[in-house]
Amino acid sequence: MEALLEILKELHPEVDFETCDTLIDDKILDSFDIVTIISEINTEYDVAIPAEEIIPENFNSAEALYDLIERLQDED
Amino acid sequence: MQTNVLEYLEQTAPRVPDKVAYGNEDTEVTFGEVLRNAQAIGTFLKRQGHYKEPVVVFMRKHPNAIISFYGAVYAGCFYVPIDEEMPKHRIELIFQNLKPHAIICDEFTAKEAGAFAGEGKIYLYSDICTTEPDPALLQEVREHAIDTDPLYIVFTSGSTGVPKGVVACHRSVIDYIEQLSSVLEVNENTVFGNQAPLYFDACLKELYPTLKFGATAYLVPHDRFMFPIKLVEFLNEKKINTICWVVSALTMISAFKTFDKIKPEYLHTVAFGSEVFPIKQFNIWRENLPDAKFINLYGPTEATGMSCYYKVNREFALDEVIPIGRPFRNTDILLLDEKNQQAAPGEPGEICIRGTAVTLGYYHNPEKTKKAFVQNPLNDAYPEIIYRTGDLGRYNEQGELIFISRKDYQIKHMGHRIELGEIEAIVNLKEGIKSACCIFDDDKKKIVLYYVGEVTAKDLTAFLKEKLPRYMIPNHMEQMERLPWTPNGKIDRSLLKRMYQEKK
Repeated sequence: MEALLEILKELHPEVDFETCDTLIDDKILDSFDIVTIISEINTEYDVAIPAEEIIPENFNSAEALYDLIERLQDED
Repeated sequence: MQTNVLEYLEQTAPRVPDKVAYGNEDTEVTFGEVLRNAQAIGTFLKRQGHYKEPVVVFMRKHPNAIISFYGAVYAGCFYVPIDEEMPKHRIELIFQNLKPHAIICDEFTAKEAGAFAGEGKIYLYSDICTTEPDPALLQEVREHAIDTDPLYIVFTSGSTGVPKGVVACHRSVIDYIEQLSSVLEVNENTVFGNQAPLYFDACLKELYPTLKFGATAYLVPHDRFMFPIKLVEFLNEKKINTICWVVSALTMISAFKTFDKIKPEYLHTVAFGSEVFPIKQFNIWRENLPDAKFINLYGPTEATGMSCYYKVNREFALDEVIPIGRPFRNTDILLLDEKNQQAAPGEPGEICIRGTAVTLGYYHNPEKTKKAFVQNPLNDAYPEIIYRTGDLGRYNEQGELIFISRKDYQIKHMGHRIELGEIEAIVNLKEGIKSACCIFDDDKKKIVLYYVGEVTAKDLTAFLKEKLPRYMIPNHMEQMERLPWTPNGKIDRSLLKRMYQEKK
């Protein structure tokens, strides 16, 4: 989780990613952020997020993203 | 002869009054409604005394914003789209340039617009669209209108940081729409999926052919471009068959293997532009839509959007670039060398544009206008304005025009003339590289490369040494998480340069 928060904070230092659960709803992340996050997660966790998981629900909070990473790791 | 863009609407609306003209996720407006509401707004504005002046349309991206554009034109004015997502500082600069007397808002933007309005009056769309249209008044306005009257102003970024307002007239837009429609083969069955913001000339591609043919255009919600499957679902849900998007929007779909899960079922025409399409990504599109037409478009805002097109009709190797092809009918391209003479065959020259599509110039900015809108240097007999794009191009062996790079990014390094764009193109060939941008440190005479991708500087240098002469190898490389972008979807080179200088 720490590494993920690092990735997110690099993009938007001003956001409290530990509590914010409206990253998409409040337009905090844009399409370039999404592309960056996916590629960072790939490097950090060795997890490739498939297109069907690139959906708002999975990107609205750091927690949701982390759940997704764990789920994808378990599937391996 | 058609002299006003509203004639498209006036011919189409009585023919298909109940057909959907414009829509978004949950709203649809018919041609009948577009006509009625635009005439209502035109009547209102003219009665308020607004005539032959800029009308700012400061609304969310919505079909009603488009209706407001046409409303301003009915009043004999010209529209200036402003978007709620524009940075505040930019809006201030635009208002300083325009000093508008009329601003049309919706309930979401009215408060914010108030902060910029100054002397200008703010009108709510929902109030003024209920005005009873006055045909006699609108007729009188039209009788005094000519086709070289301005239609809109859109703002483009200036190198000095102050945006420049490009003023385009009816005749330029009519010319552009006629030629573009024939290249895209638009007809009444066309369903556009618009990506471009309404405050760029790029949206002309959807707005006006829709009026001309009685086609339909859906404004794809902005957030769909973050989620590739949802994006394709929208295309399918609205049965969208024609898109004109920036390359980064297309690669968002192809790069994440979206086509393995879902394919655009109706899409048959894919136009793209503003950026080089990496062939690797382009091939994914072509493989998955083998029957679709792919068209590369090129052109500056100053020549009403697009000036050249290339219909992809062959395979491209990974190190090739897709040509920008040839000019639209009734547009002519001159390639001028440094002596202002026609470049020799195969040699690079500045792309200069001649034709009706060349716009009127920059609003309240005679100095910048004079620099870019110039007398054709090949003609000393009578006044003839051409637009100098600052882009370098050349013709390939097949006689197709190729975009090389911006003229501004040509550098002299160790006695050699170098196009930074060429270095970037080679870097982009390296497996694992996602994007790259070169800048030049004028003081230390260093080529600096910023790149995104899982490649070490060491590996990249080894690769480049195989592809480029020694003097073109970047002197400094920095791996980045992403490169900054301009609102147009291009790599923000000037920001990179500023970042580099600040770091020093």
